[in-house]
Order: sequence, then structure tokens, then C-alpha cells
Amino acid sequence: MSVFIIRRLLQSVVVVAVMSLIVFIGVNIVGNPVDMLINPDADQAEIARVIRDLGLDRPVHEQYMFFVKNALQGDLGKSFVFGESALKLIIQRIPATFELAMVALLMAVIIGVPLGVIAGMRPTAISSRIIMTGSILGFSLPTFWVGLMMIMIFAVTLGWLPSTGRGDTVSVLGIEVSFLTVDGLRHMLMPALNLALLKISLVIRLARAGTREAMHQDYVKFARAKGLSETRVIMVHVLKNIMIPVVTVLGLEFGSLIAFSVVTESVFAWPGMGKLLIDAIHNLDRPIIVAYLMIIVLVFVVINLLVDILYSVLDPRVRLKDAGQ
Amino acid sequence: MSEISEIAIAEPLKVETPLHRFMSDFADNKIALVAFFVLLGIIFIAIFAPVISPTDPYDLAKVSIFDSKLAPGTKSMDEVTFWLGTDTSGRDLLSSIFYGLRISLGVGVLSGVIALCIGSAIGLMAAYYGGYVDTLIMRIVDIQLSFPAILVALILISVLGKGVDKIIIALVLVQWAYYARTVRGTALVERNKEYIEAASCLALSNNRIVFRHLLPNCLPPLIVVATVQTAHAISLEATLSFLGVGLPVTEPSLGLLIANGFNVMLSGLYWVSFFPGIALLITIVSINLVGDQLRDVLNPRLQK
Repeated sequence: MSVFIIRRLLQSVVVVAVMSLIVFIGVNIVGNPVDMLINPDADQAEIARVIRDLGLDRPVHEQYMFFVKNALQGDLGKSFVFGESALKLIIQRIPATFELAMVALLMAVIIGVPLGVIAGMRPTAISSRIIMTGSILGFSLPTFWVGLMMIMIFAVTLGWLPSTGRGDTVSVLGIEVSFLTVDGLRHMLMPALNLALLKISLVIRLARAGTREAMHQDYVKFARAKGLSETRVIMVHVLKNIMIPVVTVLGLEFGSLIAFSVVTESVFAWPGMGKLLIDAIHNLDRPIIVAYLMIIVLVFVVINLLVDILYSVLDPRVRLKDAGQ
Repeated sequence: MSEISEIAIAEPLKVETPLHRFMSDFADNKIALVAFFVLLGIIFIAIFAPVISPTDPYDLAKVSIFDSKLAPGTKSMDEVTFWLGTDTSGRDLLSSIFYGLRISLGVGVLSGVIALCIGSAIGLMAAYYGGYVDTLIMRIVDIQLSFPAILVALILISVLGKGVDKIIIALVLVQWAYYARTVRGTALVERNKEYIEAASCLALSNNRIVFRHLLPNCLPPLIVVATVQTAHAISLEATLSFLGVGLPVTEPSLGLLIANGFNVMLSGLYWVSFFPGIALLITIVSINLVGDQLRDVLNPRLQK
């Protein structure tokens, strides 16, 4: 067990190291750091001074060590646009993104599971076919376009919901959150639903497959034979069993929600870290890009590591297979 | 004379070739068949966009600012009907969509083909050599696939920069891993079958065994992955272009058209982003439906 965890930890460290190398190469070798880091109006002496300060006159491997050393101390440079520490700017935006992703995850379960169970109970009924067609559409529709259409219908035509921003926030333990205010919830409804759409489709499929399988199991037959009502059979016995794969998959998908929030945040002008990244790419604000990439890789590596460890605890075959390789 | 030729033509049709069987299996699902013809239509439009478009939306001499922001169905001053309306610069939206489809489909298919070649070569290599080569390649594939495609694409774009070539490189790097994994998995199964053993007994060269015997038998799952991945690539490119980090303004794909429409949507000009989105949706849905049916037809285990 501990061998498995150590192996996985080492692998994660390697991934982070490789990513830092790729990002470093991207910024310093593919692109020209002098053009990116120095004000174009600066004169020759100023340029020479900055090159010396940034260590750009030194060999490449020394530059990389310098970058790593600073990164480990939490210094990924200052944003050109905001003039503040890039890392601090990203961390300030994390709560907004995580909040949106959490609400989207919750929506995926609340909307997806009942629809999937209905579709699984009577696979040939018209209602089930409509649900499954909807799920295929959910997979095929480009997220950003659905977001636009939502804004067009609910914000422009009907005027029910606000289309941009986060609304009122309250401070909980020093973190600003919007889901505790009515205005914040109104702002959150559309972006969260938009982000959840793909996951709702996924949950519908999982829940449907699970229900179809469970309906033929002995425990369901036994529960019915005991004279339990159909509602109780479904709500208690079937639901409990199909939730295991749903929860596992959604845990894995949390990271992808954070990655996809880049799109949703751009459509709804949600002030999260994804929006910050896109703005930074437009403004060529390199330190922000580097900081975002390093943070998101770290988040992913941690999520994957946790899921792997959890899996190996739940299913011994995973770690045995890995040890055998 | 005519009788003889009729017989001569009719006779070979009765022999059921694999292709024939495949086509009739595919046509069993009417929705997939419709999707297939829609897809053919889209490909036709993409190829012949300059010929069939009512106007050339990027010919500055013909586009008039006086025609801007017209609703769908209105006529211009030269009596040209704008069936889907015009954008803020007075370009006919229908023509823009035709040209946009050309770019979106072109980028999607080109990146798909390159990724298919690179990915299958790497996957075959992993399956063929096994051992450390296999472990190393599959570890890289696993790690890459543990990140969502959009994130990998964003990382690559922010490192590579903008441009048509850059976005194709990014899409190839996003997709190769799917092909590599599919080919490796199938090749490992196929490698142990009798026909490969027979080919080895005939002392055929390694290259011949891999490319003439092993690869053709790995094709069915590869075709399915290729259709699904092409739809993904088109959708991903549209998303990146919408975010403004994809194709440059000089190559207006569907994503960029939608992004342009986004800016004027709040003033009620819904059609500028609505119709390009519908075009994108029809493309992706029809590719996915064809892909779904291909998977059912090409997988013998699923056949009743």
C-alpha cells in the first residue's frame, strides 16, 4: 500500500516537473522573453538592465533552476497588467471558480439522477427516449453556444436573470461566496447550469445503465416480493446502489469542471480564474498564464493522486496490477 | 444484347461482399442514414463554398456597410436576399457560414488525419516492441488523458501562440493519445491471432506483417474513434476560436462567427450568433450519429 502511494507520489512530482519544464520552454525559448517581459518603450540601457536582472543573459539550465527556485518560494512573477503577484491574483480568483464548479456538480446529481432513473425504469417508453435524446444533445451541443442561447432567452428576451458577474457576495471564513445571497444565486443559476450540462448528460447515462442493471437483480425482486411499494424499491434500494458509480465518476469529473469553467466564465463574465487566464492570454500577461498553468496542473495532479489512492483502498486489484508491471 | 448486359450487371450484386453487408447494416438505422446524408451535404458545402455561396463575404468590394444588421430574409439594395440576415459589417450570414464550415471542417479533419497517423504509429510501436517502450508510451498517454482536452489545448495554445498552424499542432497533440491507446489495445489482441502467426511462418518481413496484416485488422475501432475525435476537434476548435485564442480573425471559423455575434447579441441581433451555432450543432450531431452507428455495425459483439 505505502509502496503504491510512494510510486504515485513520485509520478505526480515527475508530472509537475515536466509541466514546469514545458511552461518554461514555452515562455523562454519558443517565445522571446525580452519582448514579453519588457516595456516596448524602454531604451537600450533599460533593456540591458532588465535582461541582467531577469538572468536572461545566463545559460538556459541556470535560468530554469532560477525559475524553479522562485516558483518553489511562491514567486511566479508579477502581472504586467495588475502589477501584483501573479500567484496571489490567481488564488484570489479560486473561490469563485470552485464555488461555480461545486454548484454545477450538485446540479448534475439533482437533475441527472432522477432523469436517468426514469429512463432506466422503462427504457422503451417515449419519456425515456426523450430523455436520452436530450442527453445526446447535451453531449453534442457546444457549451459556449448553449451559454449564449441561455443569455439570449433568459436575460435579453425574458429579462428574468442577470447575464454577467457574480452578484452580491458575503464573506464566510474570509472567503467571498455568492450562493448565500439571493442576488448571488440569481447570478449563479445560468452559468452553473451551463457548466453542469455536459455532466448532467453523463449522469443520466450512468444512472440509466445502473438502473437497468439493478432492476434485474435479486435484491430488487426480493424487495418487491416483500411487498414494498415501487417508490420505496426505487428510492431506497435501487438508488443506493446506482449512486456508487455516479459519485465515483463525478469525483473524477470535478477537475474537468474546473477546466471547462474557462469557457463558462468567459461567456457569463464570471470573475473566476478561467476568465483571468483568457484575459491574460489576450493581454500577453505571461506571469499570469504561467501561474495559472502551474496551479491548475497542481490541482489536477492532486485530484488524480487522491482518486488513485482512494481506488487502491477500495479495489486491491488496482495496486496489485500496478505492482506487477 | 440488352438482356445479356442486364444479367451481367445484376449477377455480381447478389454476392454479399463485406462492404455490401456493412452498407446494408449501416442503413438499418434510419436516423444514422439521414445523418450520413446530412454530413455528405455539409462536406459538399465545405468543399464548394466559394461556388455555391450567394455572395463572397470577404470580398470588400462587394460587402456594403449599408446592408449591416439586416434581419433574416430581408433584401439588399441590389435585390440579393439575405436568408439568414447580415452581421455588423453587412456580410451575408449564409455565405459566412458556408466559408466558416469550410475552415472548421478543414481544421478538424486535417488535425484528425495527422493525429491518426502519428497516434497509430506510436500505438503500433508500443504494441509491437512491448516492454519498456510500451510502459513509457502508455504512461505518457495515461497522464495526458487524465487532463481534459480543453485544458491540454489551452496549455499548448498559451505556450505556442496563435495561428492556424499552431491550432492544428495543438489539436493533433490533444488527439494523438486516443488513437495510440485504441491502436495499441487492438493490436495487442490481434497480434496473438493465427493469421499473424501464419504470416510470420511465411517469413514475411516485420514491416509487411505490421502494415499489411496487423494494421488493416485494427481499422474498425480506429474508424469509430476517428469520427468521434473529429467531432471533438471541431467543437474544441470552435470553443478556442470563440474564446479568442484559436484561429486568427483572417480565418473566420464557425466559432469566430459565433463570437462576433456574441458582441451584438445583447442589442437583440440574435441571428448573428444563432445560425452559425446551429450549423456547428448540425455538423457535430451528424458526425456523432454516424460514429455511433459505425460503432454498432463494426463491433460484432453488439450485433444481434
